[in-house]
Amino acid sequence: MSVGAFDQIFIHLKQWLLSPLAGRVPGWLLQIVSSLLNIAVLLGVFLTLFALMSVLERKILGRMQNRYGPNRVGPFGLFQPVADGIKMLIKEDIVPVSADKVVHFLAPILVAATAILALGIIPYGRNMTPFVIDGGILFFFAVGSTTELAVFMAGWGSNNKFSMLGAMRAIAQMISYELPLIIAVLPVVMIVGSLNPDRIVLAQKYYYFGFLPHWFVLTPWGATAFILFFVSGLVESNRTPFDVPEGESEIVAGHMTEYSGFKYATFFMAEYLGMFAVSGLAVTMFLGGWHPPFPFLAFIPSYVWFFAKLSVLLFTFIWVRGTLPRIRVDQMMNFAWKFMLPMAFTCVISSAVWYYTGHRLLAWFWSFAVIAVVYIVLSLFLDTRRKFTPRTYRFAE
Amino acid sequence: MNTVAFAIIAIFTLTFALAAATNPRLMHAALSFAAMFVGIAGFFFLLGAEFVGLVQIFVYVGAVAVLIVFTILLTRRETQPHHGFKWGGVIVAGAVFAGLLWAIIKTSAVSIAAPLVKALTVKQIGEVLMTQYVWPLLCVGVLLTAALIGALVLVMEDRSER
Repeated sequence: MSVGAFDQIFIHLKQWLLSPLAGRVPGWLLQIVSSLLNIAVLLGVFLTLFALMSVLERKILGRMQNRYGPNRVGPFGLFQPVADGIKMLIKEDIVPVSADKVVHFLAPILVAATAILALGIIPYGRNMTPFVIDGGILFFFAVGSTTELAVFMAGWGSNNKFSMLGAMRAIAQMISYELPLIIAVLPVVMIVGSLNPDRIVLAQKYYYFGFLPHWFVLTPWGATAFILFFVSGLVESNRTPFDVPEGESEIVAGHMTEYSGFKYATFFMAEYLGMFAVSGLAVTMFLGGWHPPFPFLAFIPSYVWFFAKLSVLLFTFIWVRGTLPRIRVDQMMNFAWKFMLPMAFTCVISSAVWYYTGHRLLAWFWSFAVIAVVYIVLSLFLDTRRKFTPRTYRFAE
Repeated sequence: MNTVAFAIIAIFTLTFALAAATNPRLMHAALSFAAMFVGIAGFFFLLGAEFVGLVQIFVYVGAVAVLIVFTILLTRRETQPHHGFKWGGVIVAGAVFAGLLWAIIKTSAVSIAAPLVKALTVKQIGEVLMTQYVWPLLCVGVLLTAALIGALVLVMEDRSER
């Protein structure tokens, strides 16, 4: 078997599965069957990854905190998600009497649906984009923006003060960090000249001097935009340094307070799927998609590279969770509007400088200089330490 | 195929539009309104206007619907008592419908057999926005910035009074 055959094995498999239908049924039916097949594979892969990730996260966090983590169910505790899933399924589904039943029921479905839809546009390998859309990046963010409405529905439908407060916090931080998230993507879109994820991946296929990959993360503006994108992604998926919406020491579990059993599991799943989607887009935009880091490693199939890069980003998500404490709401908002947003705009300008000075070493220098100047100026103006005074406690004396 | 899709989307959109207009519970009406926006985006996709459809979801479901929902949340919650049937509303609605119908029939550009137009790509839209329509775009940007600053000035608390 040649290299290309392994690379395209899933494409051939799908063609083989569809071949009995071809020519016998009308074209639109074939198209629908083909799409359903894509959806089934997408769900299968990412729900498995979700199960794996949930147990790996607990294991890695355990290792970071000097304990074992789950190790009872199956070899190395690998069957823990099965046990968790059964537990969640047979739990009683409690709906509060005063809840808005319809909205309360629809909210977890909508949250999970938006996360799954966003996964549909990411190129997982050569010719392996489930749904090719010309404005794929725009689709990702359009779908992502409806999550806010779903979170609001969860908070309002529960008719509980903790739920409502949690939903408010979640929407506030999602709207605030959506801006740097989208603007951090703009430099890549500007340089490539396309909103199509496949085009963006193809633009990163070249190598400098024959070995250094042409990934956008290796340019000054790309590196800055990648960091901004990653931090905003942490916020959008409500992960730990920014998990204010579900701060359990303050508001029980935020908008998920009144959910139990499988509906709670759906929220949990949506959080992980959202994480996969944001990491997948980061891989596509900045880390060269499914391209190998060195040309001589091209014999390894493209989807292996994609999922390897995805795993690195997911590990970083867990790592950050094991390392950083939760920050306060006001700190988070200040960070978004006073630092992230100006830096994101700087990336746009820096990439324009890069584009017009002609991609050489000089371009590297000038675009780095733009970012450095803005960073230094911002850090001088945002001297938050000025306001620090001896702390007084009003209630806990 | 397209007719079937059109019928499904039309039924979906009309159902939620009716729900938005008639539901006495304000929050349900607002959420139905958001679902109706998704239906309208579906029409745009069906017509091949992908970009407009995505912007429709982005702006109307992601931003306008959230704005409406928050407006309802921050104003009083109790439902209005039913005022009974109003003939004035029927006359206004009929007039608007007749006007729209007249405009649609009079317009010659829209015919049943639509001419084959090559689907606009996002790139083309971007190029036109940045060359031919760059002044309107800049004017809109300035206007929105002014509105943003104005809103901030309105809600900003006066520090000297405290």
